Amino acid sequence: MLAHEFMRNAYLAGSFVALACGLVGYFVVLRSQVFAGDALSHVAFTGALAAAAAGIDIRLGVFLATIAVAMGMGLLGGRGRPDDVVIGSVFAWVLGLGALFLSIFTAGSSGEDGTAAVRVLFGSILGLSAADAWLAAAIALVAAVALLAIARPLLFGSVDPDVAGSLGLPLRAVGLGFLALLAVVSAEATQAVGALLLLGLLAAPGGAARLLTDNPWHGLTLSAALALGSMWGGLALSYAVASLPPSFAVIAIASACFALAALRSRLRSDLAENPQIDREGGL
Amino acid sequence: MGIELAGLSWNPLSDLGQLTEFPFMVQALEAGTIVATLAGAIGWFMVLRRQTFAGHPLSVIAFPGAAGATLAGLPLALGYFGACGLGALVLSVAGSGRGGHSGESAVTGTVQAVGLGLGFLFVTLYSGQLSELESLLFGTFLGITASQVQTLLWVAIAALAALAAIGRPLLFASVDDAVAGAAGVPTGALSLAFLLLLGMAVAATAEITGALLVFALLVTPAATAQQITARPAPGLMLSVGLALVVTWVGLGIAYFSPYPVGFWVTSISFGLYVAVRLLRAGLSRRNPEAPGAPA
Amino acid sequence: MEAIRLDEATARRGSRTVWSGVDLSVGQGEFVAVLGPNGAGKSTLIHVLLGLLPLSAGTATVLTERPGSVNAQIGYLPQRRSFEAGTRIRGVDLVRLGLDGTRWGFPLPAALSPATRAATRRVAEAVELVGAGAYASRPIGALSGGEQQRLLIAQALVRRPRILLLDEPLDSLDLSNQSAVAALVQRICKREGVTVLLVAHDVNPILPYLDRVVYFGGGSGIAGTPREVITGPTLSDLYGVPVEVLETTDGRLVVVGTPEPPAHHHPLHDHGH
Repeated sequence: MLAHEFMRNAYLAGSFVALACGLVGYFVVLRSQVFAGDALSHVAFTGALAAAAAGIDIRLGVFLATIAVAMGMGLLGGRGRPDDVVIGSVFAWVLGLGALFLSIFTAGSSGEDGTAAVRVLFGSILGLSAADAWLAAAIALVAAVALLAIARPLLFGSVDPDVAGSLGLPLRAVGLGFLALLAVVSAEATQAVGALLLLGLLAAPGGAARLLTDNPWHGLTLSAALALGSMWGGLALSYAVASLPPSFAVIAIASACFALAALRSRLRSDLAENPQIDREGGL
Repeated sequence: MGIELAGLSWNPLSDLGQLTEFPFMVQALEAGTIVATLAGAIGWFMVLRRQTFAGHPLSVIAFPGAAGATLAGLPLALGYFGACGLGALVLSVAGSGRGGHSGESAVTGTVQAVGLGLGFLFVTLYSGQLSELESLLFGTFLGITASQVQTLLWVAIAALAALAAIGRPLLFASVDDAVAGAAGVPTGALSLAFLLLLGMAVAATAEITGALLVFALLVTPAATAQQITARPAPGLMLSVGLALVVTWVGLGIAYFSPYPVGFWVTSISFGLYVAVRLLRAGLSRRNPEAPGAPA
Repeated sequence: MEAIRLDEATARRGSRTVWSGVDLSVGQGEFVAVLGPNGAGKSTLIHVLLGLLPLSAGTATVLTERPGSVNAQIGYLPQRRSFEAGTRIRGVDLVRLGLDGTRWGFPLPAALSPATRAATRRVAEAVELVGAGAYASRPIGALSGGEQQRLLIAQALVRRPRILLLDEPLDSLDLSNQSAVAALVQRICKREGVTVLLVAHDVNPILPYLDRVVYFGGGSGIAGTPREVITGPTLSDLYGVPVEVLETTDGRLVVVGTPEPPAHHHPLHDHGH
């Protein structure tokens, strides 16, 4: 399988992207910011197609759009979240815009237009050139390292903002930094599994890890490992079964892990005897 | 979309005439009208009950439902309504996420991704073209058959009749769950019934707007109506009215324009919402004592 | 050196003066209660001492320094901080974050890092000190209110602070837990020589341990020993209305007649009152 260059490229880019997704995804779930990932995935789609319609590199469009919107969300976020209706309407409109750019793009060019849109929506990891793969891997690696660098303050600020703030932790800056990383990782993941599916690669490994352990550092490592495993397994599976799209395979494995983790935690809590001790009773 | 679209003239009557020249367009308008009525009514309750957050995963399920039906050679309507009905049942078991809680959980995100991935798998398996994907995800008004219109009509009639039957207790339970329960309203059963109706509305809307853009027809016009008035009867009618306007104008413009109907529907819908919000904000700034100032 | 000092201090939030003309002097190792009804400014004092809210008049020093500059030597327990049942972080992790959570990077595994091993020991000591060893490794959301509070106190103690600021730690606890936690705080105060400022609604669980009391009300605050401050005449003076202090047969004090301060809503839009 690895004799083929396209597979080597896929594994190269995919491994680092999965690593970054696993690390960032753990905190996305911890901080209940899954909706932000969803929003950014819509924006990634529209940004990509806007770039395509304008004739510039799609990746540029994705990165610019996701980072801009992430910063917007971060700066506006302090004033209390706008309600679901506003959020949903805005991002439905963003998707509608994406449909517009898609039609502009397909009308403008011809021939390979169809595949460009599908690549943006559902990933193109098997179509990466060596240069693309190296670039994607490098960016993802930088994002992963950056996440690890802020991991501790990010954890503190996420679970215990009052005390963290009183100890001088720059909560706002760390939060913004995290959103920026989420944007970069979403943009990267768009190339790997597509805008519509990247939320799965963020939410499923993180969700599974949080169900499997209460130790945050073990959880972070586990999330990265699950994401990586899903990527490797998904790529291998799609190589073996030609009609299976790789992005679907990756997400399917990640989701299966999540489902198994949920099952395990359900079983454990059913089996564990929990005599209802009076909560406020003796210490 | 290889149909030669006639150009817009400055005569609205002849433009309207053009619109209704082709049967596909007539069917699209009929389907749109039915869907908008259903969506406007159910959407109004959805916004009231602050269940909009539940609508997104439900609508996403429409995509693999439709794609799966095509793959299996089953009628499209079965795919749409079956998948959304099933999704509604699962949601009611898993907890319908009431209360406007914006914390989309890891589960919802994963389910969405899996649903979309499955849909993609099915489309790949029956070797659908990009245009298939586009119309399933972003809506279409071409290729709506007369039988589809029929199905939509019957589903809508049934759903609206059910809604009319349970409307008053549903309103009571939506606004004040605890008191309604104490007064003997079966709030649990009503919740389930409403979720099923919601599933039907989502499925029907997805046929026009595509699975990804359901929000624009199901939620946004209803939300706009609720910005204008909090009274139930006018609000409900306004919601339906706005949905109809969005659909007709959207379809009408899309006919003459090279751009997809999904874009027009979301833009008009969102534009109306923003306009009303801005108007309210502007009015309340002028007159702070006015009722209905934004909260 | 005094641990805490306020001179003619005035604190404002927005356009509202919370308290003014407050004088306070707390020596090291003292156990001080901060009392008063809701909205009188008890938490405001804590925020001033942490440097989170600047005084609009007067001076404040903490360990003879400007408030905010010595927060690393202060252990802080914010008000009403309870973790939802679903929060799955362990008590020990939370305590550990109190020690090094603001440092960048991530902790290396214990096998590789002496710093991690030292930190783990410190955390264990703090957990032992508060008597939470039995449940510190469980997810904090699964613990009872009293258990959570003990671990949160451990978090405040893990840096070996010189001052402990506890904002209503006894608030959500039942009576037996209140006295247990109060006794714990007293032990820490005396054994470790930590200055304790504890905000409370009800002085009685901590009354036997107090060196000093700060009572906020009527737009001001008065400090002194409990016997000086918690008396009818002193509190009547403070509030400007007749207040009585009654003593029960088992030595508890009941304050009767303090007016509730007006409730403060957040205005939806500014009518400019």
